[in-house]
Amino acid sequence: MASINIIEDKCVGCRRCVAACPFNAIEIIDKKAHIGEKCNLCGSCVESCKFNAIDFQRDEVKIGDLSIYQGIWVFAEQRYGQLKTVSLELLGKARELAKTINVKVTAVLLGHKVEPLSKELVAYGADEVLMVDEEWLNDFNDHIYGETMVNLIEEYKPEIVLIGATAKGRSLAPHISSTIRTGLTADCTSLSMDVEKRLLVQTRPAFGGNLMAEIICPNNRPQMATVRPKVFKPLEADYNRQGKIIKLKKEPIEGSVKLIKNIDNAEGINLSDANIIVGVGRGIGSERNIRLAQELADALGGTLGSSRPVVDIGWLPYSRQVGQTGKTVAPKIYIACGISGAIQHLAGLADIETVIAINSDPEAPIFKIANYGIVGDVREILPLLTEKIRESKK
Amino acid sequence: MKIVVCIKQVPGTNEVKIDPETNTIIRENVPAIINPFDTYAIEEAVRIREEIGGEVIAITMGIPGAKDMLKEAISLRIDKGILLTDRKFAGADTLATSYTLSKGIEKAGEFDLIICGKQATDGDTAQVGPSLARNLGIAYATDISKIIEIKKDSIKCLKITDDGYEEIEIKLPALITVVKEINMPKLPSIKSMKVAEKSEIEVLTFHSSGADESRTGLKGSPTQVRKTFVPVHEVKNEMIEGTAEEKATKLSEILIKLKGVD
Ligand SMILES: Cc1cc2nc3c(=O)[nH]c(=O)nc-3n(C[C@H](O)[C@H](O)[C@H](O)COP(=O)(O)OP(=O)(O)OC[C@H]3O[C@@H](n4cnc5c(N)ncnc54)[C@H](O)[C@@H]3O)c2cc1C
Ligand SMILES: Nc1ncnc2c1ncn2[C@@H]1O[C@H](COP(=O)(O)O)[C@@H](O)[C@H]1O
Repeated sequence: MASINIIEDKCVGCRRCVAACPFNAIEIIDKKAHIGEKCNLCGSCVESCKFNAIDFQRDEVKIGDLSIYQGIWVFAEQRYGQLKTVSLELLGKARELAKTINVKVTAVLLGHKVEPLSKELVAYGADEVLMVDEEWLNDFNDHIYGETMVNLIEEYKPEIVLIGATAKGRSLAPHISSTIRTGLTADCTSLSMDVEKRLLVQTRPAFGGNLMAEIICPNNRPQMATVRPKVFKPLEADYNRQGKIIKLKKEPIEGSVKLIKNIDNAEGINLSDANIIVGVGRGIGSERNIRLAQELADALGGTLGSSRPVVDIGWLPYSRQVGQTGKTVAPKIYIACGISGAIQHLAGLADIETVIAINSDPEAPIFKIANYGIVGDVREILPLLTEKIRESKK
Repeated sequence: MKIVVCIKQVPGTNEVKIDPETNTIIRENVPAIINPFDTYAIEEAVRIREEIGGEVIAITMGIPGAKDMLKEAISLRIDKGILLTDRKFAGADTLATSYTLSKGIEKAGEFDLIICGKQATDGDTAQVGPSLARNLGIAYATDISKIIEIKKDSIKCLKITDDGYEEIEIKLPALITVVKEINMPKLPSIKSMKVAEKSEIEVLTFHSSGADESRTGLKGSPTQVRKTFVPVHEVKNEMIEGTAEEKATKLSEILIKLKGVD
C-alpha cells in the first residue's frame, strides 16, 4: 500500500508542506510536521519540501505493454448534423500533440446521416475519420454511444482520447473510461505532451479554479480527457487536405434510457458556447430591467447569464445561472452587471479573456478580478452602452 | 422504493488564501459541508419516499470525520447513513472512488434508484455518478432537473442539456445525478435533529467492504496528480472614469475593439 511519512531527522518544521497541502492534512507538532487522516496521498507536499523530509512511496503497478496503443482520437460531437466547435478546437490541439510523438489524428464520428461531416473533420485536422453511421445512433445516448466508443477503442487502441467538456461529453466520457478502467481528467484547460515518457500532461482547475492540478495517467491506456470549449483555437479549415474516411458497420446496441422528446431553448443559444455573456445580478433591481441587459447582449451578439439570486427570485430561468451551482462558462468577454462577485459566482467563470464589471459599489469584490471596471448605476450605464454599440454598427 | 444517495464532504468555501511568502495555499480552519449538489439529491430521495414510501440510505466515502455529515443527512430526514472509511481508500481518483462506493452499495443490499449530485465542488469532475453506475452495471442519466413520473420499474425525467431539456424515460434500477433546479431542500426540524443526534452510522472498512485492494485508493487510481499550483492571474485592472456618458463611450470602444479581434 502507498505510504507517506515525514523523516523526522530532516524535518525542520518550516511549514512549507502545511501551506502546500490542498487537503489541510498537515500539522506542525513540536516543530515537526505530522500528516493526518485527511491526507489524500496527492504528493503536493513532497515537492514543497526543501529538506527532502517527506518520503512518498507509490505502489508498484504491473504495467501491460502500453506501446501497442497509438494515435490520438477526438470524439466528434454533432447535433442535427452540425459539429460542435469544441470538437474542431480539439482537432487543432490533437494535431499539435500528434506532431510531437509522430502519430495520426483520428476523428470518431457517430450518428445518423453524418457522412458529410467527415470532410469537415479532415479539413480541420483529422488524418483519418472513423465513422459509424447508423439509424440507432440518431439520438445521442450515453450508453449506446459509450458502448460504441468502447468497442472501437478496444479494436483500434488509441493512446489518447479527447472529448469536449460539453454536457454530453462530460456524461459520455466517464462511461467509456470506467468501462475500460482507465484514467479520465475532467475539464482540462491545457494539454501538453511529455514526449520522453509519452504522457499527456493534463492541467485542470480544482476548488472552483483556485487551484490548478497537473494530472497524468502513467499506467493505463488510453489517456482520456474532457476539454473545456474555447480553450483551444481550431485550425484554419483546409478543404484540400486529404484524409482517410473509414466507414464501419456495427451491430445495434440497446440502452435503458429512452429519449421521449427534445425541448430546445427557443432562442437556440447556449451559455457554454457563448462568446460574449452579459451577466445580470441582483443589482439590476427588477425583472423589467432585465430587458436593459438583454438589449446590450443583442447589440453585441451575446447572450444573458445571471447570478443565483436572479434565478431564485424568478427573473431568469435556471439555465442562465452561472456559478458553483449553475453553469461554468468560458466566453471571451463577460460583462457583470450589478453582480457583487461572490466566490460561488466566480467559480463559474473559467478562463475568461476579459471581465468587465459595472457596479455602484466601488468596494464590490467583482472589481478585484475585472479587467475593466465602471462604478455606476447599471440602469443608467446599460442603455447608454447599448446605444453606443448600436451606433458603431451603422 | 429503496433509494441510495451518494454524498460527499467538501470544504465549505473554495476561497483559497495565498501565503505571499511561499506562494502556496493556506487552507486552515475551513469548515466542511455537504457538497451543495448532494443536498438536492438528499431532498429528492426523501421527497420520493414521502410520496410513495420506501427507504433512503446515504453513503459516503471519506475520513472518519465524515460521520458528522451523515448525521446531518439524517437530520435532513434520510433513514440511514453508511461511511466507507479506511486508509486504503485514501488517494482515490474518480474511478477508485466509484468502485469503492459500488462495494459499499452492494453491501447495503438491493436498491431501485441511486441519486448523486451533479458534481462535487472540490473537484467539479461530475464523473463519480456515471462511473458508479458502470461499476454497478446499471443505466444512468446526468443533470436531471425534474422527476415527472415514478413507476415501479421506470421513471420519467427532465434532463438539462446544453440546448435546453430532454424528456427521458429510464428503466430501473438506475442512477441519476441531479442539479439545483430539481427542488428546494427543507431545513432540519428540531425533531429530526434529535433523531440525528441519537443515530448510529454504519462504518465499512476496507475489509468489511469486500473491496479488491488493487482497485481502491491510490493504487486503484489510474490518474495521478503530478503537481498542484495556485494560478497567477495577472489582472490588468483598469477603472473607467468620467460622466456616465463618457464611461459608456469608453467602454463601448473597448468592447468593439475586443470583439474585433475575433
Ligand atoms: C452553496 C452555495 C452555492 C451558490 N451557488 C451560486 C451560483 O452558482 N451562482 C451564483 O451566482 N451564486 C451562487 N451562490 C450565491 C452567492 O454566494 C451570492 O449570494 C450571489 O452570487 C450574489 O449574487 P449577486 O451578485 O447578484 O447579488 P448581491 O450579492 O446582492 O450583489 C448585488 C450587487 O449589485 C450592486 N448593485 C446594486 N444596485 C445596483 C445598481 N443600480 N447598479 C449597479 N450595481 C448595483 C451591489 O453593489 C452589489 O454588489 C451560492 C451560494 C451558496 C451558499
Ligand atoms: N467520496 C464520495 N462519497 C460519496 N459520494 C461521492 C463521493 N465523491 C463523489 N460522490 C458523488 O458523486 C457526485 C459527483 O462527484 P464528482 O465526480 O467528484 O464531481 C457527488 O455529487 C456525489 O453525489
